[in-house]
Amino acid sequence: MSRQTLTLVGVWAALMALLAITVGATFGPFGAWKPAINLAVAFCKAGLIFWVFMHLREQRGVARVIALAFLLWLSILMGLTLADVLSR
Amino acid sequence: MSDYVTLREPYAARRQQSDADFLGMYVFLATEAMLFGALMCLTFMYRAEHPQASALAARQMQLWIGAANTGILLTSSLFVALGVQAAREGGRRMTAGMLGAAMALGVLFLALKGAEYGLDYKDGLMPVVGHPSPVREGPAGLFIDLYFIATALHALHMAIGLAVLGTTAALVLRGAKQLPQQAVVVEMSGLYWHFVDVVWVFLFPLFYLARG
Amino acid sequence: MNAPPLQTREERVSYLGAGHSLRSWLLTTDHKRIAILYLVAITIFFAIAAVGAALIRLQLMSPAGEILSHEGYNRAFTLHGVVMVWFFLIPSIPNTFGNFLIPLMIGAKDLAFPRLNLASWYIFVIGGIVTLYALIAGGVDTGWTFYTPLSTMFANGHVLAVITGITIAGFSSILTGLNFIVTVHKLRAPGMTWGRLPLFVWSHYATSVILVLATPVLAMTLVLLGAERALHLGVFDPTIGGDPLLFQHLFWFYSHPAVYIMILPAMGVVSELVTAGARKRVFGYWFVACASLAIAGVGFLVWGHHMFVSGQSPYAGAIFSFLSLAVAVPSAVKVYNWTATLYKGEVVLDPPLLYGMAFVGLFTIGGLSGLMLALLAIDEHVHDTYFVVAHFHYIMVGGAVSGFLGAAHFWWPKITGRMYPLVWGRISAGLIFLGFNLTFFPQYLLGYLGMPRRYPTYPPQFQALNVLSSAGASVLFVAYVLPLAYFTWSLRNGRAAGPNPWDASGLEWTTPSPPPKHNFDETPVVDRPAYDYPLTRAAPDE
Repeated sequence: MSRQTLTLVGVWAALMALLAITVGATFGPFGAWKPAINLAVAFCKAGLIFWVFMHLREQRGVARVIALAFLLWLSILMGLTLADVLSR
Repeated sequence: MSDYVTLREPYAARRQQSDADFLGMYVFLATEAMLFGALMCLTFMYRAEHPQASALAARQMQLWIGAANTGILLTSSLFVALGVQAAREGGRRMTAGMLGAAMALGVLFLALKGAEYGLDYKDGLMPVVGHPSPVREGPAGLFIDLYFIATALHALHMAIGLAVLGTTAALVLRGAKQLPQQAVVVEMSGLYWHFVDVVWVFLFPLFYLARG
Repeated sequence: MNAPPLQTREERVSYLGAGHSLRSWLLTTDHKRIAILYLVAITIFFAIAAVGAALIRLQLMSPAGEILSHEGYNRAFTLHGVVMVWFFLIPSIPNTFGNFLIPLMIGAKDLAFPRLNLASWYIFVIGGIVTLYALIAGGVDTGWTFYTPLSTMFANGHVLAVITGITIAGFSSILTGLNFIVTVHKLRAPGMTWGRLPLFVWSHYATSVILVLATPVLAMTLVLLGAERALHLGVFDPTIGGDPLLFQHLFWFYSHPAVYIMILPAMGVVSELVTAGARKRVFGYWFVACASLAIAGVGFLVWGHHMFVSGQSPYAGAIFSFLSLAVAVPSAVKVYNWTATLYKGEVVLDPPLLYGMAFVGLFTIGGLSGLMLALLAIDEHVHDTYFVVAHFHYIMVGGAVSGFLGAAHFWWPKITGRMYPLVWGRISAGLIFLGFNLTFFPQYLLGYLGMPRRYPTYPPQFQALNVLSSAGASVLFVAYVLPLAYFTWSLRNGRAAGPNPWDASGLEWTTPSPPPKHNFDETPVVDRPAYDYPLTRAAPDE
């Protein structure tokens, strides 16, 4: 296998491991931490997919900013709406 | 040797055109992210407002089908990435083959989804049709409704993704798109597919793993 | 003097002469032709929405209001709002002047994705037809804001059809924004650095960021609304734990930035009008450019000011109030900078500058009332009154429409190759200014005195101000017809404009009027800053 192929398969293995972790954590004794763990795992998976599979690591700054800007905007939507929902 | 890449109006250089294609696709994916993101934010708010009801609803969902589907989709992304790599190296059959494998997994995903919806129907979880189970009362029913809307919208995007991959694979196999000069077409299709995968990566814990 | 020819030589070799069949227009990918296709469409929508306004003002001439039933009145203001917002204001400047000018201003032959541009026009028209069908088949009574649970559970009317039309039109917006962003990044001519871009382009870039990030949220909101209405999935139904306020959060997350979609392009126009009208470099170029981006960015943080009395928590209300004050700052920066640009400029009061100055004055008044509304304590009392109606009309009509008309009066000679009579341009600017203030200033007073909005009747003591407002509206209607008349007249009878009738700076003025299909005979190479006054090249003979 070429080096690139190895990288891709390695990322796939990491993604599957993360899937196992997130499903496993659901059955573990983590209580209130579970949503946080699951969210963190989801971000890791998404990050790997964006960075390697979607070639973001090969792109220049502008393309990276454009590809990831939505994260900021969704945080704004979530954050300010939560500010209302949690304080009502 | 003729250059197979036709420069479209108004481009002056190949690099400029492919850069524009990439930027355009990332901007488009940003819009899709906001679309699904809005739904995910709404769901998150409901989980915050009704934690027990959401957990109860989540426990009715088919966790193992969902988990299997996640694995299937992640694997299909691997095949797409391998397909893009093959396209960059100029391998016509390899590219089409990899895309075909990804498509097969995508079809498997949708088949499992269909079976899952069948089970949901039998359990009385579906809105509008079937005999509603007592779980559908109140906020739990609301959470289940959001689950159906989200997964149905995702399935629609999967179907579009399958069409995109299929068209790309056909174009590549026929030679209508030359590799590696026009690999950008495969890259674009790949980006869309990976994004649909990322959406599922978030939908899965948001709904299935809300069981508490 | 000989009458100008039916089609000048310039027109024949321009983009206008490149094919005369309907097919050549309906299947064009030329951004200039698409701009004109949009212009025709939005003018029709403006007229339809104006009919809604006419019905409203007729109804409100008398306190007991005998023109419309209460239900009919609800449908009239909903028609007015829906069509004005989504089918006129949002596409008006970007899809006409943005489409036409951005490639010219940056030295490109077309937008990044010309076929996508044509597709977005078709999508817009289809969305418009669906919405119009619904509105004419009886319409909707929810107001353009579609608040739940009224819209999901209790409203009579064609809610589903209208929101479908709006969602379709939304895709057109998204594709336009996408096209503009990629165009500005990738298609600038050699030497056209970000720091040399006309401020019109900066404004449209900022607008495009909003179009791309906010509109999908609207699409999702309307899909959820539709799902609830059609399939009874109770997403916002309070009886089963749903939260109507979440509808408002999602709706305004789009709709507040949407108002910046409507105003930022007009601000970009004003930057061009003021610099050309004063023949002077803009004061504080980077401040104005960054202010556009700041308005787009901070504009996403303030949506809760529409929800101060909705049941939103006072804590969140306080946050949104503070942020809403902050968003006024970049707008104010622009107003200061335009004013400073005029100072000691070689001011010539041609129609474009008159419209630009109208914008600055009316936008400032509207903006000041916006600051008042941003304050929780004041908004508590004037929310849902005519004070709010006056505020947003000062911005949208006094501001955005003035910007649109100013753009029309400035670039008409470039688009058509014909000049219109300047005297009539000045008359219409004055008449619009007069009619506008007569219509909308009384509404500030009415709102402050307590008259609620969206009511078909009112207490008799408010009649005098209402009559003034309706009288102003009739002046406005005449004033809007005027440009339609002399612009149409100029198409056959106007004198040939020449490449640069205003002696203005900018790449679009270096190419013939009307421009050739490919915009430039040779790709321009830029080595001068924007607003390069005084122009060093010889003025073209007129």
